[in-house]
Amino acid sequence: MWQTGYAMLVDRRKRGLAVLMVLVILTLAGGAAEAAWPVAEVKGDVWKLVTLQSYNSRLVILSTTLLGATSGLIGVFLLLRKRSLMGDALSHATYPGIGLAFLLMTSLGGEGKWLPGLLLGASVSGVLGVVIVSAIRRTTPLKDDAAMGIVLGVFFGAGAAIMKMVSNLPGADAAGLDGFVYGTAASLIFSDFLLILVVAGVVCGAAILLLKEFTLVCFDEAFATSQGWPALRLDLTMLALVTAVTVVGLQAVGLVLIIAFLIIPAAAARFWTHKLHVMLLLSVMIGGFSGWVGSGLSSLLLDFPTGAVIVLVAAAIFLISMVFGFARGILPRAVRHALLRRKVGRQHLLRAIYELLERHQLDAAEPVSNLAIDFESLAVHRSWSPAELQSLLRTARGEDHLEDEVPGRVRLSESGFGEASRVTRNHRLWELYLIRYADIAPSHVDRDADLVEHVLDADIVRQLELELKGRPVRMFVPPSPHLIDQSAG
Amino acid sequence: MEFNWDSLDTWTVVIGGLSAVAAAMPGCFLVLRRMSMMGDAISHAILPGIAMAFLLTHTRITAIMFIGAACAGLLTAAFTQCISKYGKVDRGAAMGIVFTTLFAIGLILIRQSAKHVELDPGCVLYGSLEYSVIDVVQIGALEVPRAVISIGSVMCINVLFIVLLYKELAASSFDPSLANTLGFNSGLIHYLLMMVVAVTTVAAFESLGSIIVIAMLIVPPATAFLLTKNLAHMLVLSAVVGLLSAFLGHLGAMAIPPVFGLEATVSSGMMAVAAGALFFSAWLFSPSQGLFLRLGERREHAGRPLPPTAGEGS
Repeated sequence: MWQTGYAMLVDRRKRGLAVLMVLVILTLAGGAAEAAWPVAEVKGDVWKLVTLQSYNSRLVILSTTLLGATSGLIGVFLLLRKRSLMGDALSHATYPGIGLAFLLMTSLGGEGKWLPGLLLGASVSGVLGVVIVSAIRRTTPLKDDAAMGIVLGVFFGAGAAIMKMVSNLPGADAAGLDGFVYGTAASLIFSDFLLILVVAGVVCGAAILLLKEFTLVCFDEAFATSQGWPALRLDLTMLALVTAVTVVGLQAVGLVLIIAFLIIPAAAARFWTHKLHVMLLLSVMIGGFSGWVGSGLSSLLLDFPTGAVIVLVAAAIFLISMVFGFARGILPRAVRHALLRRKVGRQHLLRAIYELLERHQLDAAEPVSNLAIDFESLAVHRSWSPAELQSLLRTARGEDHLEDEVPGRVRLSESGFGEASRVTRNHRLWELYLIRYADIAPSHVDRDADLVEHVLDADIVRQLELELKGRPVRMFVPPSPHLIDQSAG
Repeated sequence: MEFNWDSLDTWTVVIGGLSAVAAAMPGCFLVLRRMSMMGDAISHAILPGIAMAFLLTHTRITAIMFIGAACAGLLTAAFTQCISKYGKVDRGAAMGIVFTTLFAIGLILIRQSAKHVELDPGCVLYGSLEYSVIDVVQIGALEVPRAVISIGSVMCINVLFIVLLYKELAASSFDPSLANTLGFNSGLIHYLLMMVVAVTTVAAFESLGSIIVIAMLIVPPATAFLLTKNLAHMLVLSAVVGLLSAFLGHLGAMAIPPVFGLEATVSSGMMAVAAGALFFSAWLFSPSQGLFLRLGERREHAGRPLPPTAGEGS
């Protein structure tokens, strides 16, 4: 039964309904989980929180939602370029920049924790890290992963060393700088929100304007270069946008968990679709949803770090997507595979019966008459084991292709007979086509045709008919171009 | 500038050097297998393993932490494999998803238990070298820091692991399908390697923090990779680079900050920086791959006259 259920999900026309059902189930599950949460001390009204009426959490929720949506957008390009871990290297590479900026601003006599300055420092060292990764990749035999690992390790080490110096600095209050490692979403203020808003606007605007170029570079860099697009500059633009998102995200969720923001929504969205614009939209929605629900939950649950809860929400969505996603999810793929196998099995059975019926024919010009066939000869014809044959027959009975007959024999029903002629005809048409245009020997064509015939649609069959017009096809079902092996098995 | 080098400094360098060697040797295979980021992933992902081990037993017995970390390391490798195989997700992305999620779980676990225990997440990153140098045990006439013993034994295990499974590791790193046809289980070797990385990370995190493991797993092997094409040489060279960067790093931690009028800084970070500096010089000056060499070659080619063509002469 579940097979038909998922067949519905896979069916394009019924997708809307299926999405609605999944959403309803998710909402119910979420509600149940919230109601039954055993440990947490719930403070405040859930409804007020979700609808942003509570002032304390409004800013945090809005900021993380925006951040999630933006990183979801830019993460798609990273994922498609197989560069997801670039976010990892980049976020670690920002660390020394923060410390150096603090050091510089303090020594110049300013306020060391002036946020724009710190973020500028982070951006500069992040960009430097990206440039070094790309330089190592281009000038040494080391691969992508090693280049990122080197930058990550060395920059993070330098960052730790600088931070330690900073914290030993006499007279400077460096407390709170390590918030950049783990994030302090709960202490976001209005100016932080504005900053996130601006960066989100810039990143989204740039991504939309450069959508075509980014797509080109993502899918075929060599082609883009050959067409005269500045692939390297586009690449660097993309990474600059990632840097911007990472840097504003540092403060909210910390430098480890911002990596999750960049990877998880995009990877989850990939399971649902093969279309880029749908994937972008989905990824934005998943990122925003995780940010919203995650920060909402964490302000309900005391002592739960916001970034971590958001990441767990995103991870849960990823898990659901991985199992159920229409396009690449594990279950729909398995269902599609099972359906195809069933179809192939059914077509093999019908064609076998038809070929046996042909054997009872006296004259090749006469139409084939529908007789009862015994299991024995059917099993021998395609060398099926009795168990295989029984399961195939069960499927065919389920589809009304067979009529109940004397035990031990089987007869095609009206619809079964029609289907059997059609299947055999397609097979023969394809065989003839292969013989004529692909120069395949008639003695070998049976197996080759079998690889494709099950997925022939009406359009291709019509084309085949046109192609083969010159050849006399006297009957509805043309005779087999080769000897059907009588002693098969 | 004056140095006050005492036995504590010696022990710091010894601990750093041992961790560097312990990390660099398995790291060579990570680099060769194009899994360099696995070190970073595992070093973050062991957080819930350590937290769980601690929450369940309420002790800081090192052996239990090792077990927790090894489990978390194996889980990271297994989940990554699962997601990239069944979900058909790029392996880098799968790794990123797994380790950030595990890290988030670890953060929540630690934050929940932080009321009654001190298990500081910052300590996982930076370590607490000052304390681990003082925490000594008596062996014969010598007072040896406990960390030296734990990291030293992990290093011995790692070296033993590589020496005993050298053939299998080499075969499965360069050609997994060949390794399988030769009868080595390359999947098993993959998981063993991941476990070794996880255990090494835990051994180092108490004293030097996971930073040094992340850096030492990749940077010395990458440096060695630029200098030689022979696997055995690469292993030895990476160990040497690791040792050197431990020494230079500690020296730098003592010497560099005073130049800017600051106090001495944490050695582990500077060890990573020193390793980076060594990599940089190999990048520039390597006899076979160095940038300078290549530049010179290019100039040489540019200066060479073109071969004579018909009708023109040279």
